[in-house]
Amino acid sequence: MSILDSKVPEGPLAEKWKNHKSNINLVSPANKRNIDIIVVGTGLAGGSAAATLAELGYNVKAFCFQDSARRAHSIAAQGGINAAKNYQGDGDSTYRLFYDTVKGGDYRSRESNVHRLAEVSTNIIDQCVAQGVPFAREYGGLLDNRSFGGVLVSRTFYAKGQTGQQLLLGAYSAMNRQIGRGKIKMYARHEMLDVVIVDGKARGIIARNLVTGEIERHSAHAVVLGTGGYGNAFYLSTYAMGSNVTAAWKAHKRGAFFANPCFTQIHPTCIPVSGDHQSKLTLMSESLRNDGRIWVPKTMEDAKAIREGKLKPVDLPEDKRDYYLERRYPAFGNLVPRDVASRAAKERCDSGYGVNKTGEAVFLDFAAAIQRYGKEQAHVKGLDENDLTLVTKLGKEVVASKYGNLFQMYEKIVDQNPYETPMMIYPAVHYTMGGLWVDYNLMTTVPGLYAIGEANFSDHGANRLGASALMQGLADGYFVLPYTIGDYLSNDIRTGKIPTDSPEFEASETYVRENLNKLINNKGTKSVDYFHKKLGKIMWNKCGMARNRAHLQEAIEEIKQVREEFWKDVFVPGAENEYNEELAKAGRVADFLELGELFAKDALEREESCGGHFREEHQTENGEALRRPEYQYVSAWEYKGQPSQAIHHKEDLVYENIEVKERSYK
Amino acid sequence: MNLTLKIWRQKNASEKGKMVTYDIKEVSPDMSFLEMLDVLNQDLIEKEQEPVAFDHDCREGICGSCSMFVNGRAHGPDSRITVCQLHMRSFKDGDTIHIEPWRATAFPVIKDLIVDRSSFDRIQQAGGFISVNTSGNTIDANAIPIDKHDADKAFDAATCIGCGACVASCKNSSAMLFVAAKVSQYALLPQGKVEATDRVLNMVKQMDAEGFGNCTNTGACEVECPKGISLENIARMNREYLAASFKG
Ligand SMILES: Cc1cc2nc3c(=O)[nH]c(=O)nc-3n(C[C@H](O)[C@H](O)[C@H](O)COP(=O)(O)OP(=O)(O)OC[C@H]3O[C@@H](n4cnc5c(N)ncnc54)[C@H](O)[C@@H]3O)c2cc1C
Ligand code: SF4
Ligand code: FES
Repeated sequence: MSILDSKVPEGPLAEKWKNHKSNINLVSPANKRNIDIIVVGTGLAGGSAAATLAELGYNVKAFCFQDSARRAHSIAAQGGINAAKNYQGDGDSTYRLFYDTVKGGDYRSRESNVHRLAEVSTNIIDQCVAQGVPFAREYGGLLDNRSFGGVLVSRTFYAKGQTGQQLLLGAYSAMNRQIGRGKIKMYARHEMLDVVIVDGKARGIIARNLVTGEIERHSAHAVVLGTGGYGNAFYLSTYAMGSNVTAAWKAHKRGAFFANPCFTQIHPTCIPVSGDHQSKLTLMSESLRNDGRIWVPKTMEDAKAIREGKLKPVDLPEDKRDYYLERRYPAFGNLVPRDVASRAAKERCDSGYGVNKTGEAVFLDFAAAIQRYGKEQAHVKGLDENDLTLVTKLGKEVVASKYGNLFQMYEKIVDQNPYETPMMIYPAVHYTMGGLWVDYNLMTTVPGLYAIGEANFSDHGANRLGASALMQGLADGYFVLPYTIGDYLSNDIRTGKIPTDSPEFEASETYVRENLNKLINNKGTKSVDYFHKKLGKIMWNKCGMARNRAHLQEAIEEIKQVREEFWKDVFVPGAENEYNEELAKAGRVADFLELGELFAKDALEREESCGGHFREEHQTENGEALRRPEYQYVSAWEYKGQPSQAIHHKEDLVYENIEVKERSYK
Repeated sequence: MNLTLKIWRQKNASEKGKMVTYDIKEVSPDMSFLEMLDVLNQDLIEKEQEPVAFDHDCREGICGSCSMFVNGRAHGPDSRITVCQLHMRSFKDGDTIHIEPWRATAFPVIKDLIVDRSSFDRIQQAGGFISVNTSGNTIDANAIPIDKHDADKAFDAATCIGCGACVASCKNSSAMLFVAAKVSQYALLPQGKVEATDRVLNMVKQMDAEGFGNCTNTGACEVECPKGISLENIARMNREYLAASFKG
């Protein structure tokens, strides 16, 4: 085991980034023209990085597996993006955003990175507005804000329920401008299958053209991974179907340490599972908790009656409802952070108060908000505030203007009208705080290999606050990486083009081809999905919202078995040299089957509860997460042939500017 | 319920395709349309046959990947949704469902139900942006107030998901609605006005070069657009184009 050097610059917290930026080496505009950078991923992180790097003058090659850069998973983000603008004058500041994020992450993130994130957050909003991102506005023409969980200010900027879409299309437009200028070459429908390391440095990738099946070599002076999170290891999640760990995992196998793999966010408000056919879960944005109240019946009898369809939730009187978040956490109420809200829902359902057929759902109710907004509107318009029909109609209009697309989505899936009856929701896998370990410059432990956005681990600790992933993705891509990478590349101005006919490229390509051959020629009896579902069940039941030693040990063994079975018995139809989705899926599931084991191993090693990582052995009397000071570190795992043999490294977390306290939302 | 599916199968761009019939049993009304296809594909894989290829990713109506003609309509029988949001409760036991890819010269078939929509990307590359550097040295976001009405309209136009249903449902395979949505978004915002002339001219030029047809105002695009992008945008683009042609 070694102690990792995070390369955090000296000096006071608020000065670090400014000083670092003025002290690092630069590459002159003329030299940038001779430097190539590969960016894998075109989500908020990769897309913004590719655009900015190209603008600075580097030659960029960008890759994504979808048919267009615009379809990266970031497109699906709903609720909003944080920034410490303090436009609402409610006492927000850079420090407060920093503080909320570190506390929200349960004191498991790196102070200096989080502070930098808070600093650049305001630039993001300026930048996006200049790019034509149509954020929501108030009648006076200024930008509107809403609140997200775990904070007491309104700092979230949004574009209805399509914030991710609008921000991503902004980054995509910036990319398009550079593609038009010839500074970015775009490779859509390409999947990266290996990183090529030459003389200890990342110098390129091997990618498969998903249309023709061709294996291609691409070289560059540095490689940036903005390839997103790995929550699909659980099979069912709110991620897009194609989201995967492959790029990050291949990097891990080539020497990049993987940090805190067990830190996964299980989001409290998703549409519950309805049956075995289900291929994915749908998020109902956290923004709904601004106005929706969460409850279950107070008595088991009522819960049973509701489950059996004998009692309608709207008919249950107020005094028979348990608004358990408001009861347990009066200060934050329905806006407690996600880990807290998810566990509370699980606790109620496990105790028998669940409200759908499977007993795994709670209500999210808008009736009160509809009345409140309706009265307000009636008052503003000088109409009768006591006319219930009118007030309800006006209230519904306001709710529709805020959350219309989410309500429509819900109705399409569940076939119930959430304006009339409360939504049913349950926690689902949503985000991974863990990822490739990076230093302050966002470089992994492999020189010249960078990780940005959800693919890295650095800013959210053990729990991410809502609306902070979009902020981090764009911060990394627009404002951090393009500068820190210059420091590294300043040594490469005389290197010249990196050849792709070296033995290292040859070896990587052979490795990729052999892997694909194995999958195609295996000719087993079971489909890829069969194994993926099996893995997902183990992950959810034994590495999910509550974990314990025995379960984690079992998970490790079981995942190993599924992996062995996979390589013996998987069947992949079709051929290599054609469009073949099953083959692509098989490669991704093979990697999830390795990552899953490391995930469980990491969760087993961390003998404490923090954020989304809840170990049943470590809880307070009231069932809250019990953090342990001995574990105030980042776990970074080094690959050694098998997940079971991975070596554990640590980065100690030091808090100089924030007092480590019990994390309370009461 | 039990269904008969007639699906377009085409090995690749150069080979000819044909409709193939499949029977599928025990479909639950709670399944999404794509989950029904997943079941069919698992079945085919079990029989060591090739699954049906189709584009999909988010499965919640936002990425714009999914794209198929279901019973002669883009994204199927329901309005204002993508095919991934379509649920089997919209069909009944014994139905026969025809499933085909988008048909347009500018969208060649890659395999089965998958088409190549990179022409859309190239139109955006020709001018679908505001030329501002991403350095962060811009003015404060609230320095220019924007009329909420205009901001909301710009947002509505910007919700286009680039799926191509408008092109596929148009008898001329015109891309006007898609292009107009982008042109409108920027035309409605002060930040976008600076380059308005070049933008509309360049985007329209690229649209023509890609082989999309002319708009004859039949309005099929608006009817089939899953995001409800309004024809108003085409009118606005025509005005922009006219004004730009005089200047340009
Ligand atoms: C439903 C939903 C709603 C959300 N809402 C919010 C919100 O309101 N606010 C918020 O802050 N966050 C939200 N999040 C989280 C946030 O959207 C993501 O964390 C963030 O968008 C991730 O961005 P990214 O750029 O890191 O990766 P992604 O957007 O996941 O992009 C990954 C990219 O990598 C490419 N890629 C991956 N693997 C490979 C490979 N092997 N080869 C080639 N290319 C590859 C993909 O093609 C894609 O372009 C939400 C998440 C979900 C699921
Ligand atoms: S205008 Fe509508 S139909 Fe056309 S691409 Fe956009 S969302 Fe799809
Ligand atoms: S799969 Fe994303 S819109 Fe249908």
